Amino acid sequence: MPHRSAEPLAWLAFSAGGVLAAVFAPVVLFLAGLALPLGWISADHAHLDDVLSHLLTRIVLLGICVAALFHFAHRFRYTLYDGLQLARYGTVITAGCYGLAMLGSAAAAAVLLLNR
Amino acid sequence: MTGPGALPRTYRPRPSIWWWVRKRSYLLFVLRELSSVFVAWFVALTLALVWSVERGAEQYERLLDVLSNPFAVALNVVALAFLLLHTITWFNLTPKAMPIRLFGARVPPVAIVAAQWAAFAAVSAFVIWLVVG
Amino acid sequence: MADTMTMRVTRYEPDLDHEPRTQDFSIPLRDNWVVLDGLNYIKDQLDGTLSYRWSCRMGICGSCGMMVDDEPVLTCATFLVDYAPGPIRVEPLANFPVVRDLVVDISDFIERLPRVSPWLVRHEDEPVDDGEYLQTPGELAEYEQYSMCINCMLCYSACPVYGLDPGFIGPAAIALAQRYNLDSRDQGAADRLDVLIHPDGLWGCTFVGECTTACPKDVDPAGAIQRYKLTAAIETLKSYVEGPS
Repeated sequence: MPHRSAEPLAWLAFSAGGVLAAVFAPVVLFLAGLALPLGWISADHAHLDDVLSHLLTRIVLLGICVAALFHFAHRFRYTLYDGLQLARYGTVITAGCYGLAMLGSAAAAAVLLLNR
Repeated sequence: MTGPGALPRTYRPRPSIWWWVRKRSYLLFVLRELSSVFVAWFVALTLALVWSVERGAEQYERLLDVLSNPFAVALNVVALAFLLLHTITWFNLTPKAMPIRLFGARVPPVAIVAAQWAAFAAVSAFVIWLVVG
Repeated sequence: MADTMTMRVTRYEPDLDHEPRTQDFSIPLRDNWVVLDGLNYIKDQLDGTLSYRWSCRMGICGSCGMMVDDEPVLTCATFLVDYAPGPIRVEPLANFPVVRDLVVDISDFIERLPRVSPWLVRHEDEPVDDGEYLQTPGELAEYEQYSMCINCMLCYSACPVYGLDPGFIGPAAIALAQRYNLDSRDQGAADRLDVLIHPDGLWGCTFVGECTTACPKDVDPAGAIQRYKLTAAIETLKSYVEGPS
């Protein structure tokens, strides 16, 4: 029986988030970060509100956000380990990265589910 | 002098903290890994959008106003470049990590990469259609 | 084209040098000469004290790996003309302690290979009278690519993770584990998983992919490692679902 370390689970979350971010992130960032603020396309507020307040939209967004945050936590942790050679502070980095992902997930749940 | 049984004195260079600028492929690797920061930024921006839209038309306009200042635009251009780097590298590595078999034959890697880009195009078109309405 | 070339060779003599230095040699530049021919020319004609490993000259023994212009290569399969007009730099394999000149200490690598039980593990042997363990061409194709490894250590030299964290078990060892895991005659996958699911095993790999680029035998260790991560993750999930055994 394999050791029950959390590492394989962290890797699965990393992979799921990697797939979702690869497919969804560019178009969402293009719209929210460039196209809408710069007026390349216009979407009126009422319509956007309809789309974004739909329960299905909220659930899909929550899934994407949580997975993407754990993708970030895992990858950034290894970037600090290898890129900056900080593996000796492994415990602090691990706690910081996944802790940040958990806080972010809680914030995402609050924004997406509580205020409806 | 090396005595009997003594190990030879070996030289072990210490890896430089700048090891990743030495080679193009290493640099590309570190940039790929840093794309994760912008994945987190994508989450923050998405949540800000949802929150503002829900607060009403005025709050939504205020968000667009903040996002249209040159610094925010520059940040988002860089972010989009990193997110595309993530997408490209992720799609290219998928067939290596997950060889797929169909009808007993291995699906060629090019087909797997192409299928992912098709999914990417479909999702992007769908999201834009949702927003523009 | 000039008919000579400068070869800049790293020298290190442990009793004299505190750290490696370089020495330039002028060698003939011939169309059919590989880097190893240049080194042999130096050893035979210019300086007999130069130390390096080599044997077969045909890319199968795996002993002549060195860094040529910062890339890990088999020096018997790397042609001088591709580096003309030079100077061409020849250094010992990166990420390994240097014993002397171009010779590195490989004991670390030799120690970790047997950790993954790189042989056919059988829990119960079939009686000899039943004949051989048969295998279809399809079953052979599953692992054949991974069986091409010649232990040349170029992948360890290319891997930044191994360079930073010598505890990492490394590309070739994991690919070798996959070679036996995917063999239909083998029953040792669970034992190997126990070794590789350890933090020094699979998880240190961040899929830089340089091991696959460096491999002279197209083994694709990077692909093997990612596939194995998926297997290990699924096995772990299963163990959570099934409870402690």
